[in-house]
Amino acid sequence: MSKIERRDILKASATAAAAATVGPLIWVKDASAQWSNQPEKGAKLRVLRWKRFVQGDEDTYLANAKKFSEKYGVDVRVDSESWEDVRPKAAVAANAGAGPDIILSTNDDANLYPDKLVDMTDVATYLGKKYGGWYPVCEQYLKQGNKWIGIPLGCAGNAIVYRESQVKAAGFEKFPRDMDGFLKLMKALKDKGTPGGFALGHATGDQAWAHWLFWAFGGRLVDEKNRVVLDSPETLRALEFAKELYPTFIPGTLSWLDPNNNKAFLDNQISVTANGISIYYAAKTSPDAKLQEIAKDIQHANFPIGPVGVPTEFNLFLNQMVYKYSKYPKAAKEFIRFMMEEEQFSPWMQASIGYVCHPLVAYEKNPIWTVDPKHTPYRESMRVMRPIGYAGQMGYASAGCIADFIVLDMVAEAASGSKPPKEAAERAQKRAERYYKV
Amino acid sequence: MTAFFQRLSNDRNLLGLLFMLPAAVILLVFLTYPLGLGTYLGFTDAKIGRGGQWIGIENFVFLWGDEVTRLALFNTLFYTVVASVIKFALGLWLALLLNKHLPFKAFVRAIVLLPFIVPTALSALAFWWIYDAQFSIISWTLTRLGLIHGYIDFLGEPWMARFSTIAANIWRGVPFVAICLLAGLQTISPSFYEAASLDGATDWQQFRFVTLPMLTPIIAVVMTFSVLFTFTDFQLIYVLTRGGPLNATHLMATLSFQRAIPGGSLGEGAAIATAMVPFLLAAILFSYFGLQRRAWQQGGDDK
Repeated sequence: MSKIERRDILKASATAAAAATVGPLIWVKDASAQWSNQPEKGAKLRVLRWKRFVQGDEDTYLANAKKFSEKYGVDVRVDSESWEDVRPKAAVAANAGAGPDIILSTNDDANLYPDKLVDMTDVATYLGKKYGGWYPVCEQYLKQGNKWIGIPLGCAGNAIVYRESQVKAAGFEKFPRDMDGFLKLMKALKDKGTPGGFALGHATGDQAWAHWLFWAFGGRLVDEKNRVVLDSPETLRALEFAKELYPTFIPGTLSWLDPNNNKAFLDNQISVTANGISIYYAAKTSPDAKLQEIAKDIQHANFPIGPVGVPTEFNLFLNQMVYKYSKYPKAAKEFIRFMMEEEQFSPWMQASIGYVCHPLVAYEKNPIWTVDPKHTPYRESMRVMRPIGYAGQMGYASAGCIADFIVLDMVAEAASGSKPPKEAAERAQKRAERYYKV
Repeated sequence: MTAFFQRLSNDRNLLGLLFMLPAAVILLVFLTYPLGLGTYLGFTDAKIGRGGQWIGIENFVFLWGDEVTRLALFNTLFYTVVASVIKFALGLWLALLLNKHLPFKAFVRAIVLLPFIVPTALSALAFWWIYDAQFSIISWTLTRLGLIHGYIDFLGEPWMARFSTIAANIWRGVPFVAICLLAGLQTISPSFYEAASLDGATDWQQFRFVTLPMLTPIIAVVMTFSVLFTFTDFQLIYVLTRGGPLNATHLMATLSFQRAIPGGSLGEGAAIATAMVPFLLAAILFSYFGLQRRAWQQGGDDK
């Protein structure tokens, strides 16, 4: 890894930020995007998706599905399950060869059984051409060689959520974009009696920040050839940083699960955390005047950029898979294409009030990202994220490592001082090697 | 045909078998088959969504070398032993108290059962709030009283988390032990106590030589169940910590789930579950052979 000065990173991130705010204003629809497909006669579709984060999402999704049914005469039934339950069901459907025609699932699910899924290259190519292309992370997740094994739906974005007044009181005009500034801010906040806090317990969703930290310093789970390279000098630097960061946290973060930071933030106990847009919405839509006040003070920012010089965020990736056992693959493709078209996708994004970040570049112009400037950082979620199991290929090993909290446990061990960083990295290396051994 | 039915209705053995058939089918389909399948999966490299190959004891060898599994085994044994012993002591004590003539006896006995009646997932949620790092009612009360200055990190520090989860398990488990032992106490005929007091036995001697021996068969059964429930506990841990912090509260059951379902390693998860069986068998055998010793029950000494 080449050495990068802090100044360069600041400059680079400033340009990146500038580019992000301007956006491709001169984007025009590609006229060469062609689509022709004839859904099977009398087709019926069953869709299984993750359960809504906000009501508007589900309402609009169902309304869009109904529109599809009316237009194409295809019956669509949509069932939903909590996102953590979809994944085993999707896997069993793949194995049993029966189940819903379309499943909307998460993370690297499609990579576990790519040969059970319908080739979606035509849909992906068409949509990509028409809507300004897919973000690179989409290809990392769903493109194998030249073949798309699923269609990205987007991601549930994570960002830094902070209290503007408290960060200002700690002497920072804006949320820092580099690691040194971030650490200084966290120390200053602690000194002011308004500490921040990030989950270090077995929080399935909120472990994201630990991956960001580990990647920000150049740590990687595996190299491009899936060899485990966790125990590296870069990882150690990340862990040393975590060790310095941890004392600035509010006490008790080792026990935090997914809801804890939301509760603490809304109770005025922490000034900084990492989360989806849900904290802001809970405060904004609350009838409680105190929470309304907090909502006004909430700001969002993308995660600081570490010595690697590029954003290294981790978000919950959302995919759409069509199974080969489906009797109506053409209708299924048509459904997914239809749902991703601007007429449907745009209102759906707006109804999802920023919980879901789009996978197609053109949708960054969706008004949801600018109607409230506090939404804007979540617009970048797909652009700034890295895939699970970076920098290797995805599959059972990457899925196993994340479910077993290997990276999170390592960061937690080092941060809390229960193990020296070196030992924490060695332990994590051993645990990861077991998953990648075959 | 009629002859066949006639013969059938006259043959008690055949008829008996026929009547047993529904129960046998239910047991086979819903108990033996899943158990057999689970054990089989433990010897394969099955993943969720992909059938496995037979790999012999590789999973077990692999788990033996795995620090997290070893830690989970230690946690499970520690959790089970500490929680069971305390549940037994408190349960017995409570049973003895409830066996006395109390005002509103029936009412008090019903109240005692409450923790057992509340669904575990709900009581676990209540404990999750009680132990919350920021909102704990215990910490709040103690700080208000000026007894402590910082909030107690109930679930954030490994040993503290172990004891906190054990305490929640005890709260839930004591009523079961107490009510069962109370039932046992009531089967002891008062004439034994009369005889004992005529012989000048003290309260302690009455307890030691009348109550305890008469109660051992019940104790054996109750404690077997109690140990089994504790050893296989899942919900409480899953709600409170998901096995954190730093895997300090991972039990075999929670680790098995984590590896098998979210992690997708069905074979490995099944192997962890299978590895629990010998411990459970040992607990059952211990209570049957260890606690049901005839001589001791009849007031004699073991030779």
